[in-house]
Amino acid sequence: MLLIPCPWCGPRDEAEFGYGGQAHVPYPEDPTALTDEEWARYLFFRNNPKGPHPERWCHAAGCRRWFNAVRNTATNEILAVYRVGEPRPVIV
Amino acid sequence: MSPRTPGAQLPEHPDWLWRTPDPRRSYDVVIVGGGGHGLATAHYLARNHGITDVAVLERGWLAGGNMARNTTIIRSNYLWDESAGIYEHALRLWEGLEEELDYPLLFSQRGVLNLAHSLQDVRDSVRRVEANRLNAVDAQWLDPRQVKEVCPIVNISPDARYPVMGATYQPRAGIAKHDHVAWGLARSADAAGIDLIQNCEVTGIDVTGGRVTGVRTSLGPIAAGKVALCAAGHSSVLAAMAGFELPLQSHPLQALVSELLEPVHPTVVMSNAVHVYVSQAHKGELVMGAGVDAYTAYTQRGAFHVIERQMAAALELFPVFARAHVLRTWGGIVDVTPDASPITGLAPVDQLYLNCGWGTGGFKATPGVGWVYAHTIAHDDPHPLARPFCLDRFTTGALVDEHGAAAVAH
Ligand SMILES: Cc1cc2nc3c(=O)[nH]c(=O)nc-3n(C[C@H](O)[C@H](O)[C@H](O)COP(=O)(O)OP(=O)(O)OC[C@H]3O[C@@H](n4cnc5c(N)ncnc54)[C@H](O)[C@@H]3O)c2cc1C
Ligand SMILES: [Zn+2]
Repeated sequence: MLLIPCPWCGPRDEAEFGYGGQAHVPYPEDPTALTDEEWARYLFFRNNPKGPHPERWCHAAGCRRWFNAVRNTATNEILAVYRVGEPRPVIV
Repeated sequence: MSPRTPGAQLPEHPDWLWRTPDPRRSYDVVIVGGGGHGLATAHYLARNHGITDVAVLERGWLAGGNMARNTTIIRSNYLWDESAGIYEHALRLWEGLEEELDYPLLFSQRGVLNLAHSLQDVRDSVRRVEANRLNAVDAQWLDPRQVKEVCPIVNISPDARYPVMGATYQPRAGIAKHDHVAWGLARSADAAGIDLIQNCEVTGIDVTGGRVTGVRTSLGPIAAGKVALCAAGHSSVLAAMAGFELPLQSHPLQALVSELLEPVHPTVVMSNAVHVYVSQAHKGELVMGAGVDAYTAYTQRGAFHVIERQMAAALELFPVFARAHVLRTWGGIVDVTPDASPITGLAPVDQLYLNCGWGTGGFKATPGVGWVYAHTIAHDDPHPLARPFCLDRFTTGALVDEHGAAAVAH
């Protein structure tokens, strides 16, 4: 069970959160201009690293706000949380 | 006390069934990953194609990944023709595999019930039964009373939170003992001269001019004419070593067993809507699984609330389980694709082959994958049954969308 630090509410039980997958995936600026390969990448390809992963979480049973976290997928250690719109912290 | 010792009918634990060779410096074919798929591929490379200058490289011990962790459900009642093709091919191979390997696999065709809990479930299920029949896959639609005849301990009361409104039934489905399957395949591959190399982690893939030339490993570099990936949850990590990405997300998937009990559960019951599937292993433990944990991870463990939810669902369906205890829970890492169908075929690098994305349901496919993938590797051309499952379907849009359509959980 993870303890996830919501940037608004503080550390809360994992069961209160929804998972939103990879963070920082912008909608294509001009979707009609994309090639099939580019469209496939946007729709179906998401990073799947074994290591630090910037991702979205929603505190669904709390403040109901989305935020970003960098979590190490090999250990589940949460390395940083940051609010939507804030830049991704540099993890060293 | 029971007069019958649980497990008394099981064969003795075997001695080592294969050699433990040092890797040679070069092979015609290197298979990365010694789970069920890697071992089955080795077996059929030798048996069907006479290719035996082969090494299977495994970072841990043989079949200690998902092959050791799955709930062993075998069935072929998938909706789409492409899926029915490959899974039914696998089921037919299962039906002769004990003889082929001359090894007891405890393959037990005790049938599978896929429960329907809503009107939409009923419609989808009946549609799937008809589709299965058109593909010569055995399938029946059962009403709640017939469900109870097949599995007397299922609660068919209309008052249940998710009432059982019927089920699809595939009598030829069942379970097998996963360790024995791995051992039987490993013994056969080893006897053909194939090197099974444990504690050998692939750390790099060498590509020269768009063509694979070998791998780097924790035991040194190994040159290879062809490299075939069979790394399940770690497939994205290996693809990155060869310089490309895959449309996969690796999630924990958990399962659990109860203590050993007298036989109470004669078949396999799956419910997609409430996310639980249950059978009783030969030794007597109830084996249950759930859906994946929501987030991606490589940790081989998951969250307890997922288990709790799954137990709540199991108790609704099987009130008699209230007295059973959870003995052990564990997790594997499953590689899930966007359409819940596998990727098997050619890779964007020459002489490199892909077999991944079997996610939560690849045990049942083990012999079928081995057969088809060995063909793909031997001919450098996808086997006809594999063609719909090539990587380029995500670009062409020809997805094989089994999500929700065919009780895809397992
Ligand atoms: C809890 C659970 C329940 C399941 N239930 C079912 C079920 O009921 N029915 C069903 O059909 N399927 C089920 N599955 C899915 C099934 O287990 C998998 O689809 C299948 O086992 C995958 O193929 P495999 O056996 O080759 O995988 P694995 O056994 O995981 O083999 C992959 C191997 O690759 C190795 N590897 C990874 N990286 C490297 C590297 N860099 N170098 C060397 N080796 C490497 C790993 O150590 C591993 O041994 C379940 C899975 C889980 C986790
Ligand atoms: Zn919050």
